[in-house]
Amino acid sequence: MKYVDEFRDTRAARRLVDDIRRTATRRWVLMEVCGGQTHSLLRHGIEEELRETVELIHGPGCPVCVTPAEDIDLAQQFALREDVLLTSFGDMLRVPGTRKSLLDVRAAGGQVRIVYSPLDAVALAQKHPDRQVVFFAVGFETTAPATALAVRQAEQLGLENFALLVSHVRVQPAMESILRTPGNRVEGFLAAGHVCTITGFDSYVDFVREFRVPVVVTGFEPVDLLQGIRECVRQLESGRAEVTNCYARSVRREGNRHALVAVEQVYRIADVPWRGLGVIPSGGLRLRPEYARFDARRRFEDTGCEEELPVITTPDCPAAEVLAGRMRPSDCPQFGSRCTPDSPLGAPMVSSEGACAAYFRYRTPAVDASQPAGASQQEATR
Amino acid sequence: MCLGVPGQVVEWLDRDPVFGRASVEFAGVRRVCHMACVPDAEVGEYVIVHAGIAISRIDAEQAERLLDELRTLDMDDELPPPTAAASDDATAGERSP
Amino acid sequence: MTESSWQPGCPVPIDGVEPRITLAHGEGARLTRQLIDTEIRSRFRSAPLATLPDAAHVEGTGGRIAVTSDSYVVSPLFFPGGDIGSLAVHGTVNDLAVSGAVPRWITLSLILEEGLPLPVLQRVLDSVARAATECAVDVIAGDTKVVPRGAADGMYLNTTGIGTVIGSPPPGPQAIQPGDVIVVSGPIGRHGMAVLCAREELAFDPAPRSDSAPLTDVVKTLLRVADGNVRTIRDATRGGVSAVLHEWADASELSFRLDEARLPVSPDVRGASELLGIDPLYVACEGTLVAAVAPDVAEQAVEALRRHPQSAGAAVIGSAVERTICPVTIRRTLGREQPVDEPTGAMLPRIC
Repeated sequence: MKYVDEFRDTRAARRLVDDIRRTATRRWVLMEVCGGQTHSLLRHGIEEELRETVELIHGPGCPVCVTPAEDIDLAQQFALREDVLLTSFGDMLRVPGTRKSLLDVRAAGGQVRIVYSPLDAVALAQKHPDRQVVFFAVGFETTAPATALAVRQAEQLGLENFALLVSHVRVQPAMESILRTPGNRVEGFLAAGHVCTITGFDSYVDFVREFRVPVVVTGFEPVDLLQGIRECVRQLESGRAEVTNCYARSVRREGNRHALVAVEQVYRIADVPWRGLGVIPSGGLRLRPEYARFDARRRFEDTGCEEELPVITTPDCPAAEVLAGRMRPSDCPQFGSRCTPDSPLGAPMVSSEGACAAYFRYRTPAVDASQPAGASQQEATR
Repeated sequence: MCLGVPGQVVEWLDRDPVFGRASVEFAGVRRVCHMACVPDAEVGEYVIVHAGIAISRIDAEQAERLLDELRTLDMDDELPPPTAAASDDATAGERSP
Repeated sequence: MTESSWQPGCPVPIDGVEPRITLAHGEGARLTRQLIDTEIRSRFRSAPLATLPDAAHVEGTGGRIAVTSDSYVVSPLFFPGGDIGSLAVHGTVNDLAVSGAVPRWITLSLILEEGLPLPVLQRVLDSVARAATECAVDVIAGDTKVVPRGAADGMYLNTTGIGTVIGSPPPGPQAIQPGDVIVVSGPIGRHGMAVLCAREELAFDPAPRSDSAPLTDVVKTLLRVADGNVRTIRDATRGGVSAVLHEWADASELSFRLDEARLPVSPDVRGASELLGIDPLYVACEGTLVAAVAPDVAEQAVEALRRHPQSAGAAVIGSAVERTICPVTIRRTLGREQPVDEPTGAMLPRIC
């Protein structure tokens, strides 16, 4: 597969690993804030391979993990309405809200439909004028253009049966929040390559000046990740703190103008809660007043939980620590024993992109002695 | 968060600024993708697709530049050139952590 | 049942006026008999079905018999490369074939949802009949029940397959030795991907096709070439190749090492799985087998398989080793062994 296979090349990866090892004179602490990068670092064995040279902390880059439980609950309430068809990305289905997941709600008769793209949800709304189609709009800045486009399409089509439950989050405020937390050990960032594809990386210029940490825009394939890590290490070794682009085939300094315009038009920046991290100022997006009519929260204002559901924080799940990178999944006492993908105690283990789940799936055989997860209910292919 | 996959633009189906779509090929399958964010993408070009929309046009030159650099890295090491089979035999020995 | 449970890809044009299955069809009385006459006996002409005794009597061969039982609850009912009907026949036949038996007879039990359009049932039964002929098996007994609207997702099928054991069948996973080679007969993950893409209407072109097919000939080819050196064979269904290897690891108390670079994946599955973020190792097949063979016959076996059109994509994917902590591991880009977990739960596309 072009532009994929070349960047998974074993030889090139190995050369980069060697170069990183040669370059580093001490063990640096880097963070990536993108679930897709976490997944790739672990799947391709990069974290393990560089363990002696670089400590890789996995930041709160999995939007599925940081989507507030209350928003998931709301999505479930919509799904249980007779008149609503709730559409969502597949990732969200297994994540529990306060109590249960969308998958549970579907099993109980709620109308939940997976879509690959928010634009498919618009098509569904056109196809089913008798139903209210709500799309659960989660994701970082990479995904916001798609949902913004969905709203613009619905607007032009004059659809009255399409709405968004917006729960978008923004990466950079989270990075700032992490750096400002006492006890922070992060010395350099791998910036999310697809987020930067949309936003560009100009906004990091002031960031590196203020915080004096290098920010390297990085891609997702093993070669891209190793390139990014190498650049970050080089900067740290020479005492620099700059913004560099190591994903130039996709990322331009100014980002994607068309995408930014669409997002600007439809969304405004807002202070929003992140699951496990609390409210992050300017950490999210909400619909602008001009588009309020597409806001599911407004349209279905009568929907809501009857009682105040206690927020279930399993005291044993240190999600906040893991998401902020202060604790490694494998350091959690419950990891792999009481907490597994089959019986998760918190969001980072539930979502397949959460740091804990990725750790579990790609752990080195020698390091981890937990039982393999047992097979649970399969969706029928027979 | 960002599963973005490169695909090749095969055919434009609609060039409307909001509804623009094209057929994009990924290895063995094609899918209609929304192109509002890459209205100038040309047939034959590669784009990165995330959640059904193309979010960037791949800069082939930049990609080639990176791959060239990696090949240079290769030569600096003065190791024998890669064999055509490109198996991972050369890297089979695991470095102990 | 939502109409969508069978509609995606349903080749039958439903316009709301065709006859439908009602609860009365399952009552065992006149309507049931009519249904059996017009839909079952018209398509399946085995001797027992001609007289409809309570139990079918068939001529055995005096040797050992193999028996398997399966249920089919796939949704949607129709998908590229097959449907619940052909799937039921192929799946049953394959369970018998990989155990070293010649498939001979099948029973077919139908659990139909009230409201199922009759043309849909007819289409499925046509498919069963075609597959049965193709696989040279007779449908000799069955049952029909109707359940209220909302249950059975359109239709469920249950089968029992009976075959005759010939020669000495492969002994089973407990016979696997360290050094044995793991072979697959073709690209993996096709069926599961086809069903997922059809069910969620993911609109790939071409739509990934199921590999649903009988494995009888493929098994014959393998056993002929590697006679006595095949430890065990499985068709890799739910949970894919990963599930099979985990079962074998349990039974043999060995571990299995796979090499990612050697896993055969067809281009359409590759493209779809990259886009959806799903690993083909965990995805069901329905016409692809996994076999553990002695190392000295592995190459011959693969060559022979490749000469057969149905297994042209056969490949060695790994080997058995002394048991380590992880039952199944895979070597990826940087050459590190990583665990391959047992598949857990439904495959869901991801965007992260």
